[in-house]
Amino acid sequence: MGDTIKFMLNDQMRAVSGLSPTTTILQYLRLQERLTGTKEGCAEGDCGACTVIIGELENGKMEYEAINACIVFLPTLDGRRLITVENLGMNAVQKAMVECHGSQCGFCTPGFVMSLTACMHNHGNANDENIQDAISGNLCRCTGYRPILDAARRANTEKERYLKTDVATLEGLRRETMFSYEHAGQKFFSPRTVEELADVTAQYPDATLLGGGTDVGLWVTKKHRTLETVIYTGNVAALREIKQTDAGLEIGGAVSYAHAFESLAAYDPSMGVLLRRFASVQIRNLGTVGGNIANGSPIGDGPPPLIALGAKLVLRSKSCTRQLPLEDFFIAYGKQACEKGGFVEKIIIPPKAKNVLFKVYKISKRFDQDISAVCAAFAIELDDDKVASARIAFGGMAGTPKRAAHTEKALTGKPWNEETVRNVMSALENDYQPMTDMRATAGYRMQVAQNLLIRCFIETTQPETETGVYGYGS
Amino acid sequence: MSITAKKSMGSPLPHDSAEMHVSGGATYTDDIREPAGCLQAYILQSPHAHAKIKKIDVSGCCIAGVHAVVTAKDIPGENEVAPVPIYPGDPLFAKDEVMFAGQSVLAVAADTIEIARTAAHKAVVEYEVLPAILDVQTAVKEKSFVGDPYVMRIGDAAAGIEKSAHVLEGAFDIGGQEHFYLEGQVALVTPLENGEMHCYSSTQHPTEVQHLIAKVLGLADHAVTVDMRRMGGGFGGKESQASLFACAAALLARKTGRPVKLRVDRDDDMIMTGKRHDLHCTYKVGFDDNGLIGGIEMTHMVNCGYSADLSNAVADRAMFHADNAYFLGNAKVTSYRCKTNKVSNTAFRGFGGPQGLLLIEYIVDEIARKLGKDPLDVRKANLYDPKGKLGKRCITHYHMTVEDSITHELFAQLEKSGDYAKRVQEVRNFNARSKILKKGIAFTPVKFGISFTLTMLNQAGALVHVYKDGSVQVNHGGTEMGQGLHTKVCQIVADTFGIPLDLVKITATSTGKVPNTSATAASSGADMNGKAAQAAALIIKGRLEKFDAGRNLPWKELVMAAYGERISLSSTGFYKTPKIDWDRPAAKGRPFYYFAYGAAIAEVIIDTLTGESNILRADILHDVGRSINPAVDIGQIEGGFVQGAGWLTSEELWWDDKGVIKTHAPSTYKIPTGRDIPKDFRVALYDGINQEDTIYNSKAVGEPPLMLATAAFLALKDAALSVNPNGHLDAPATPERILKAVTG
Ligand SMILES: Cc1cc2nc3c(=O)[nH]c(=O)nc-3n(C[C@H](O)[C@H](O)[C@H](O)COP(=O)(O)OP(=O)(O)OC[C@H]3O[C@@H](n4cnc5c(N)ncnc54)[C@H](O)[C@@H]3O)c2cc1C
Ligand code: FES
Ligand code: FES
Repeated sequence: MGDTIKFMLNDQMRAVSGLSPTTTILQYLRLQERLTGTKEGCAEGDCGACTVIIGELENGKMEYEAINACIVFLPTLDGRRLITVENLGMNAVQKAMVECHGSQCGFCTPGFVMSLTACMHNHGNANDENIQDAISGNLCRCTGYRPILDAARRANTEKERYLKTDVATLEGLRRETMFSYEHAGQKFFSPRTVEELADVTAQYPDATLLGGGTDVGLWVTKKHRTLETVIYTGNVAALREIKQTDAGLEIGGAVSYAHAFESLAAYDPSMGVLLRRFASVQIRNLGTVGGNIANGSPIGDGPPPLIALGAKLVLRSKSCTRQLPLEDFFIAYGKQACEKGGFVEKIIIPPKAKNVLFKVYKISKRFDQDISAVCAAFAIELDDDKVASARIAFGGMAGTPKRAAHTEKALTGKPWNEETVRNVMSALENDYQPMTDMRATAGYRMQVAQNLLIRCFIETTQPETETGVYGYGS
Repeated sequence: MSITAKKSMGSPLPHDSAEMHVSGGATYTDDIREPAGCLQAYILQSPHAHAKIKKIDVSGCCIAGVHAVVTAKDIPGENEVAPVPIYPGDPLFAKDEVMFAGQSVLAVAADTIEIARTAAHKAVVEYEVLPAILDVQTAVKEKSFVGDPYVMRIGDAAAGIEKSAHVLEGAFDIGGQEHFYLEGQVALVTPLENGEMHCYSSTQHPTEVQHLIAKVLGLADHAVTVDMRRMGGGFGGKESQASLFACAAALLARKTGRPVKLRVDRDDDMIMTGKRHDLHCTYKVGFDDNGLIGGIEMTHMVNCGYSADLSNAVADRAMFHADNAYFLGNAKVTSYRCKTNKVSNTAFRGFGGPQGLLLIEYIVDEIARKLGKDPLDVRKANLYDPKGKLGKRCITHYHMTVEDSITHELFAQLEKSGDYAKRVQEVRNFNARSKILKKGIAFTPVKFGISFTLTMLNQAGALVHVYKDGSVQVNHGGTEMGQGLHTKVCQIVADTFGIPLDLVKITATSTGKVPNTSATAASSGADMNGKAAQAAALIIKGRLEKFDAGRNLPWKELVMAAYGERISLSSTGFYKTPKIDWDRPAAKGRPFYYFAYGAAIAEVIIDTLTGESNILRADILHDVGRSINPAVDIGQIEGGFVQGAGWLTSEELWWDDKGVIKTHAPSTYKIPTGRDIPKDFRVALYDGINQEDTIYNSKAVGEPPLMLATAAFLALKDAALSVNPNGHLDAPATPERILKAVTG
């Protein structure tokens, strides 16, 4: 078995073999191609110094996304185009960065240039929010960002077409069946259909499933694990679909948060607010909703709101397909209800009833690109003024994302007023025994969890009361 | 000689590498093409905060691709990489005892970094874990110090407090800060003939790296050359901390006879390298009804970590800034340099100054609260006498006369441009009507002393070559880390010759070109190296003018003709800072050539349910003297403010109860992003010149603006205490600390 990894590097074709399938794009660029404009600042997707643009042909049209080269495996480039800072010439973003004094030490600069180039290309007319979002995954320690923001605003007035791709060349790289790659015993599979995926996962039940790799990539770059067999879901067309059906909103297991953003924000604006704070544009372009669930993390931002909304998970393997409520997937810390050889096929979010109040909040030290100390989601179903039912789920409060059973029970049947809320707050202490770590103490987690219930009440009943400091006044 | 070029001094020219930065063409140490046969190195760290090393067995490290393993035993010279020779105690590799979790124990060189890492972890190191000191209070109790306690005093503090109408006592904790330069520590060492070494190192102090490599290898300094073109940020974190990595690479290069690169991963960098010192402070202050300070005692318990490194100088500078812009009169400042089993803390932009300054600003704020006064009024009451009107209130607690205070003027201008009084009222009105969100506002000054406080270090050298075609190459002892030093020095040299800027090029800082340099630190880079480069240029210019003899030849012709007449077109230049004189044992003298000033107003908003906060607006007026390059200077001010705001808000270092740091990557250590900067950010340069004879009468700008962020911290305190007047807020003001201040 085994083929070469075929892709376009800037304007040239590449057919690569002889490298481990878990070689990152960044390692490849810097060590093999000697393209050193792309920098390593962290090797964990958090600083943006390694930002590159990936071009992909979707239904005959080019899609360009900024991603973190440091955590993405090289074989996922197969059939795609990789664009690095060296390829930009001197575009309007770069010119504006020079004119606005957007670089000091310059180490972060190529990353900002790539993020902003993708942003300018994708938004015909980027507004300040688009710009802030675009650089939320890029750290600069020197400039204080003001000149970079100014440069972005200046570049925005240019009506430049930033990125162009020879579509025919890329078209020629398309594969109809599974791509297999191997080096020194390490295997990489990229199936095209769910059936192929089910077959190959059955054949390699111990393989690592790879979605966006925003967790898996770090197993390699940070924990230095060797992955024997990797099965990539990113080219399984059926897993990349978002559908509205009678059952609700169906999100395929390999849909990235960037792609799911619009549907989820449309489902409920509170989800939109949360997702804008989910990592960064680069990570959202990679990270999948399925991976966010399947990693079993107690601090993932997807599960609490999805549990509160009553989402269901469709798990599939070669032998069976089954559906279960999302909360049942999380058994204990590090233990999920996914059998070997199984995968998340899709997530189904049932339609939200009119009388359900829904809010989700993320608490972290920093607004952008931070992991939640606490993530809280409330779905309160009202019957007149009374709470008919409540689904409350928290992240960061236990070893898994978990529902607040005592609190839900205490709320049910009570009038939805401040007195009720203040009375039931303490029930959260029966639901959770949070821990102390570098993100927060147990005491803060509990206090803020209780206060978020108050916030939910205030926001759903007192529109005149201002809450939330971020973006205040804009 | 005819002067044709447009003056570049004073112009907002772009950074000299800006076009290379944006196109990815700027070369950093890790980007240098490695010589053939280059090996990669990895350092194994101690897992314990304090332990005896009972045995190191490296036999398991010998796997395919490994070329050398080195421990303390393999060091031919001294096992010492301390920056200050009188304070040794920073071994390259721990020998018998490890003193913090993360200390280097051994290093491996291999064909790839993966092999080196795997091999290093196959070493068997047996430890006997010992009790560890993890906080400064314990260190003080056990008299565990890296230097003697030190006191600065003037008048009689106790008597002054005694006589005062009001007395306040308290304690205040100030957190440390990770540098988070975007480019991590890295060195590439190539062995040359006869045991000599060439080193590329991302360092603010090439001379020290040179000297320490020589020391570790048992060579003379002349056998080692260190080159440094640019750093991807330094902020003090590459002043002394780069040496360990360069020395380990050099030792492995010696052992293998091959080039060795040592680039640490971000986590290892954050675990192994020192940070801004965290402090526990106590104070007692006496004051009258107007808030005028009658006497004050302040104690700094400085967490130095396991070794001295630069800590004694850092702790001194914290003390020097215990007054900030205020005349203290009767004052006693005591400093304990605590030795703990943590990473050895080091230089960080401001070098202790920010911590000293934050304490006094905190105290002044407390005084105002106690009296129910606007803190700005209390600040005004306590200022040093203004420049030109020196009276009784101009002597610092280290007995230097403050001759150049412009704080009154800065206050007056900023109060008006920042609409302070009206905004204070608006904040109070908002708080009266807003149930959950509260605002706060604060107005703070900065006065920062410029010069190395170790007088010897205030010297600089430069080397200027004029080539036959009229182009000019400049070298100086300063290093470029983004602060625009090379841009400024180019401007200075171009203007001195009167030639266009593009004829002047600055090349990598090299110990082979300018020897015995000081670190690029203490904000002194442009002050000192600019003067040295100017001196060199003036020497050549003098020769050329003499040769020209009034003919007014155009530059290129003149240069060619002078060459033809065998006139030297190259010169060194030298500068030493005048007027300074510091008697440390007596704690008296003039450690600083001058002071740089600034002031800021910050307005913030907090969420009293969660403790989350946001900076809504910052107004800054900052003094850079006559600006050589306003764009570069404004960049330093904005960048400094944001870095300072990060230190005081979201940047929290966290160790577990075993003394192991858990915030060692950007996933857990949160520096500001673009959305964290003040939404409304107004920065202006104060219109004035340095009264001292500095280069172009400019002032140093690297460090002082960081302290403008004190306003942001005190604004957060203002907001929190608007709900809970008895609340207490330590730094950094994370959401958790703010919520604690709000709720009790
Ligand atoms: C810088 C950074 C910031 C981040 N910020 C956030 C944040 O704000 N909030 C947050 O919640 N998370 C955050 N994360 C974590 C991560 O991005 C998310 O959890 C993401 O959704 C994971 O998706 P992925 O596709 O990248 O997963 P992968 O890394 O590809 O996989 C994660 C796990 O899921 C498994 N898996 C993947 N797809 C499937 C499937 N279809 N079926 C079964 N198993 C599967 C994998 O085998 C692996 O065990 C961050 C990560 C980084 C690096
Ligand atoms: S190197 Fe930091 S995000 Fe990739
Ligand atoms: S310019 Fe130095 S990190 Fe951005």
